[in-house]
Amino acid sequence: MTATTAPTPSGDTILEAKAVTKAFGGLVAVREVDLAIPRGGIVSLIGPNGAGKTTTFNMVNGQLRADSGSIQLNGQELVGRKPREIWHMGVGRTFQIAETFASLTVVENVQMALLSQDGQLFSMWRRAAQHRRDEAMAVLELVGMSAQAERSCNVLAYGDVKRVELAIAMANKPKLLLMDEPTAGMAPKERNELMALTKRLVIESGMSVLFTEHSMDVVFAYADRIIVLARGRLIAEGAPLEIRDNAKVQEVYFGSGKTFEKLNAEVAGETA
Amino acid sequence: MSAFARLRETASQHRTMSVLIGWVIVGLGLPILASVPPLSVLQPTTLWIDGFSKAGIYVLLALGLNIVVGLAGLLDLGYAAFFAIGSYAYAFGASPQIGLHIPFWPMLLVGAAAAAMFGILLGAPTLRLRGDYLAIVTLGFGEIVPAVFLNARSVTNGTNGIGGILPPSAPGLIFTPVNPSGFYITMVLILALVMVAIYRLQDSRVGRAWMAIREDELAAASSGVNTVTTKLLAFALGASTAGLAGVFGASKLGYVGPEQFGFTVSFTVLAMVVLGGMGNVWGVAIGAFVLFEIQTVFLKQLNTFVHNLGIGFLANVNFLDYQYLLYGLALVGMMLVRPEGLFPSGRRRRELHDEPDDLGADEQGDDPSTRSVETA
Repeated sequence: MTATTAPTPSGDTILEAKAVTKAFGGLVAVREVDLAIPRGGIVSLIGPNGAGKTTTFNMVNGQLRADSGSIQLNGQELVGRKPREIWHMGVGRTFQIAETFASLTVVENVQMALLSQDGQLFSMWRRAAQHRRDEAMAVLELVGMSAQAERSCNVLAYGDVKRVELAIAMANKPKLLLMDEPTAGMAPKERNELMALTKRLVIESGMSVLFTEHSMDVVFAYADRIIVLARGRLIAEGAPLEIRDNAKVQEVYFGSGKTFEKLNAEVAGETA
Repeated sequence: MSAFARLRETASQHRTMSVLIGWVIVGLGLPILASVPPLSVLQPTTLWIDGFSKAGIYVLLALGLNIVVGLAGLLDLGYAAFFAIGSYAYAFGASPQIGLHIPFWPMLLVGAAAAAMFGILLGAPTLRLRGDYLAIVTLGFGEIVPAVFLNARSVTNGTNGIGGILPPSAPGLIFTPVNPSGFYITMVLILALVMVAIYRLQDSRVGRAWMAIREDELAAASSGVNTVTTKLLAFALGASTAGLAGVFGASKLGYVGPEQFGFTVSFTVLAMVVLGGMGNVWGVAIGAFVLFEIQTVFLKQLNTFVHNLGIGFLANVNFLDYQYLLYGLALVGMMLVRPEGLFPSGRRRRELHDEPDDLGADEQGDDPSTRSVETA
């Protein structure tokens, strides 16, 4: 890992990534990407398939270790830490295909996060059932799932599973929530409900959200800022309207009639 | 059925009490059952009691493996290794081999601790592996351990094994081949305590973590669960139960040898867990008991019965030879028809079938102990 500049936590940035690079063998999935997520902001990370969105997520959440560069949460370095430690520092995550504990009930799912937060998971004698149950119910109330608290997760509709996943993440009171394609596989109505809920949670809790998304209507409706990746590089960043009018972004999404070699040469020329 | 549901409800609220009552019923019921026809006609009551104590060894093994496979969802194909370690621990501690004569009761703890230690030694480097890969490593470990006991001739006598192992002793109890009542009572006692502990573990916080890892390791890890240490704990506790079984087994037989701990033991115990119903403590116990009795009593009786029929080609068939074929068929059939096992836990049933919630019986399926008596 290369030496990084001293942490400079500015009051309004929760996450700051500098020159982050990750290669898998010869393929550089993410090359020297800089990110800044404003506190309380909803930032969307978009780009075509293979742009490096998921790799970036995995580096922030610790599942992958960046080859070089630095990622700081509130001025604390995340590179080199385990996913578990990063979770305890306040980075939550939801997945493209919702990850919940299928045979546990909804409220037990949320209790998992609370037990884990308290470092209680090695207790072999004390019972789990009543641990901070009221708090778990309060979180479920927040996402509108308290009526189904006693049902097991594998009988829920997918939209509700996504809400449970969100509740598990919220139980840890995250400072930053990473959402990997939160609305994938959902009907338009459910999509808007989930994103409106997310927006409400951001306003109420003051957390920040970084999400990837393929459906542009969701991105432009809910993101305060948009970051565009293409082939591992950051090609644009700005408010939704700026991005919409950005020629380079349009090229990446709709094509320019040029070959990839030419495109690469141009991008390389500009960043050099 | 509602009376039955109420009974279940009460049992799950007072778990420790209901488990202990269950074992009092089983402990008294089995000898009574063995002393009246039809069982007393098949073989003498003492032989039944002796068989029940041996069956207890397998029930104990199955309960331990259930922690690893049923609760934490880790496939362990070399579980017999920990059984071997417990057995040899007692053989070293209480036989003329080294000249130590440590009493049975403290050795129970020593055997369990030794097995748990090896569980951690095996688990620490391998539990980062998932699914099939973990199964392969445990399979290897299961082969290595008996091979070590076989080849360390100067300490273990190789194939000859270690004989002259002391039986337990306790005031008022008799531990002889002629009167195995002491063994039987000891085993029922151990099983009752182990089962109370396992139920407690299952409802505990670490039990929740095991379930979370079994369901979805990725989600567990991203909810801050320390997956490696949690799995290690399951491995160690499962191994320690096998260690208890090993100490008891060695004291019961008075002999240990490397041939007792082959793959067939690991496989048989796994089949018991799967057939009984992974994750359901009573289900696994019943599965183990039934399979053991089929293997040791039913197939022998079937041989006698069929040979007495005097039908030409059947006269030379030995059903004991087809034991593992029958296990295999039973397992395949089970996977097709009832993958959750004979007595599944509520959670497991919900996982495998998208049934609507079964309110009232939703806690870990809790089959009343009286069933084990009927199935005997």
